[in-house]
Amino acid sequence: MGRYGPNLHDVLIVGGGGAGLRAAIAVAETDPNLSVAVVSKVYPMRSHTVSAEGGAAAVIKPDDSLDEHAYDTISGGDWMCDQDAVEAFVKEAPEEMIQLEHWGCPWSREEDGSIAVRPFGGMVKKRTWFAADKTGFHMLHSMFQTTLKYDPIRRYDEYFVTSLLVDDGRCQGVVALELSTGKIEAIGARSVILCTGGCGNVFPFTTNANIKTGDGMAMAYRTGVALKDMEFVQYHPTGLPFTGILITEAARAEGGYLLNKENYRYLQDYDLGVPEEKPVLRSMELGPRDRLSQAFVKELEKGRTFEGPYGPFVHLDVRHLGKDVIEEKIPFVRELCRKYENIDPVHEMIPVRPVVHYMMGGIDTDINSSTSLPGLFAAGEAACVSINGANRLGSNSLTELLVFGARAGISAAEFASKQQKPSNKLEALANDERKRIEKKYFSGYAKKSERISVIRKEMHQTMERGAGIYRTEASLKNSRSKIRELQERLDSCSIRDETFTFNTELIAAIELSYMLDVAESIIESALNRTESRGSHQREDHPERDDQNFLVHSLAYRAEKESPRVEYKPVTITRWPPGERKYG
Amino acid sequence: MAEKVKIQVLRYIPEKDPDPFYQEYEVPFRKEWVILDALNYIKDEIDGSLSYRWSCRMGVCGSCGMMVNDIPVLTCETFLEKYLPGPVRIAPLNYFAVIRDLVVETDGFMEKVKRVKPWIIREEEKPAAEGEYLQTPDQLSEYKQYSMCINCMLCYAACPVVGLEPKFIGPAAIALAQRYNYDNRDEGQKMRDDVLLSDDGIYECTLVGECSVVCPKHVDPAGAIQRYKVTGATEWWTSVLLPFGKK
Repeated sequence: MGRYGPNLHDVLIVGGGGAGLRAAIAVAETDPNLSVAVVSKVYPMRSHTVSAEGGAAAVIKPDDSLDEHAYDTISGGDWMCDQDAVEAFVKEAPEEMIQLEHWGCPWSREEDGSIAVRPFGGMVKKRTWFAADKTGFHMLHSMFQTTLKYDPIRRYDEYFVTSLLVDDGRCQGVVALELSTGKIEAIGARSVILCTGGCGNVFPFTTNANIKTGDGMAMAYRTGVALKDMEFVQYHPTGLPFTGILITEAARAEGGYLLNKENYRYLQDYDLGVPEEKPVLRSMELGPRDRLSQAFVKELEKGRTFEGPYGPFVHLDVRHLGKDVIEEKIPFVRELCRKYENIDPVHEMIPVRPVVHYMMGGIDTDINSSTSLPGLFAAGEAACVSINGANRLGSNSLTELLVFGARAGISAAEFASKQQKPSNKLEALANDERKRIEKKYFSGYAKKSERISVIRKEMHQTMERGAGIYRTEASLKNSRSKIRELQERLDSCSIRDETFTFNTELIAAIELSYMLDVAESIIESALNRTESRGSHQREDHPERDDQNFLVHSLAYRAEKESPRVEYKPVTITRWPPGERKYG
Repeated sequence: MAEKVKIQVLRYIPEKDPDPFYQEYEVPFRKEWVILDALNYIKDEIDGSLSYRWSCRMGVCGSCGMMVNDIPVLTCETFLEKYLPGPVRIAPLNYFAVIRDLVVETDGFMEKVKRVKPWIIREEEKPAAEGEYLQTPDQLSEYKQYSMCINCMLCYAACPVVGLEPKFIGPAAIALAQRYNYDNRDEGQKMRDDVLLSDDGIYECTLVGECSVVCPKHVDPAGAIQRYKVTGATEWWTSVLLPFGKK
């Protein structure tokens, strides 16, 4: 700071969750002379990483190997993962996790004081590190508190980024709105990292926090960067009805059963193995999330799910684990069930249903977190470096934040060190953006009275109906025209609150515009992928088609029309495409 | 059962009116709704200008603390049903300056958190390549409770000392300092003592204990403060009197 005056930095990071904070520390440690700023629409400890429960995968035990972690990840991703990225990921994961231990993360331990690991879905060995079942919370707070010791890390808390500053063919910062004052200004930087997370709020029923609105994805998309593999949307099989609160996979990893209304462990009917009393790795309840969520839909069609006021559900039963195991290993599950469902899982079964949880797709990056726009980098759920393929394995995403957050920090620091002076047009560009926002949202309320909440609800409905767990050409085409209509309606919609101080209605309107852009990329990519793979299931094209579709989708924005979808090959190193076998 | 509930929200929009005022809304009653659902209903269906913070809706991000009928709570885990037949009064957290409506100034709290040096402090750090520091389950349980703080600031809104002495470092920050002091990987207690035993530190606390009552995560800041007064201070005096002794 100070080196360039106010609002000018070497590296600027958008988002203060796990990936953003890891990137910030990486920049500070790469070169302490670099000025690094974290811009976030919330205080960093409010970021959605905080909600992650079950754990973070990294090979640490002697019976495990990097190749097994890589194979689980690649087969779990239905061979859509870039294998060079996966190899880097599994290799760097253990040291990143230990580094976080050194920064104070209270990992659960074995009796001898070493790191404890638990089983997780789709993993053949126990390799999921955990901090009880508040892993994301502890990782985020440990990292946030650690950033406080680095003086060069400057924070812009509660600044909402409205666009990227691009000049001279490279990204040179952002335009941000300070929530407390409404002031819109340029924050210049020699490189920018987007760590804004996912976009679960495109759908009505999601585990995602309210802030997960695809901001970074949409901003990159608007500058011409591709969104990759957006058709792959993960439904987590076990969310609480009504709230969508996640019941962690750890509940099944510790031995929980999924039961239909006939009290039958129905997963045995879906090529996921035979039921055993104790959990078996890569089998039954420890199968991958896409297959479990799809099995739910099939059970629903067979009429074997319960009907509740908030839709169909099945039961997750952990009673046989006993109070002690529940209290020690999954206390948050008990806390959430008691608080939000008024049931105690020690004595009662938990109602659960699939819920939108995670985007495998995101901003197209290479293995060093670079995008196609010079100076722009991305990491975490916002990015798609392609380690998750067509279906992410539980406990890989928290580790991904660390490995690729660090990589992004190092890449952005290197890029910043090489760059020349920033453009002198940044202020002017920010001024244009301020005028655009004021004109778009603060004028004409009298004649255009539609509420943004109405548009948001219609987006939710059309995404669930058209682009949910199972899709068809007809359903996707319907949603495509609906999203187009909603974009136009939002364009001519103003907000009622015309003040500048902490105007959350304005923020919600801009977030909605981000979500609609992300939604169109999901739909178009899903429409063009005429096969079924991982989380993307086309009823009209039920088979996987490696001949034509062992490729990544790249959705590029097109002005006033549907995005253009191109393809690029999946990187295969040592694991040729094969059949996914569980059970 | 009531079909509608009156919600009275303390509004403050400095650009329009220099004084706060209560505004009343009527929302449908739903058994499964928490207070936050009622606020979201108001924002989406009645009055888009109402401002408040929220995010995770599962009691872990710490954004949505407010005074509900004069008690600080997380609105995402406090059921509307509890307040029937109403009206329910919702106001911003006590003792914090208000930016707008239910949104309070948080930077002061963030400064206090930073002042206690909430990170692992060691004379020598071993490289990650050399593996983890050992920590047995018993050693973990020494500080685990204090590591559960979500920074929701309810304890500040409940603490009469915070009301009287705005510089008081406060319950959450002290509990956080203890979280690191009791971590066997940490060697930084002496550096934290400088803040905790200063004029703004633990001796401001008058043992009201309301912080622990309102804490949604059972962190027990009051217990942390007590424990500090006993052991922390002894160690500090020992270090002053015997500067070369080991702790």
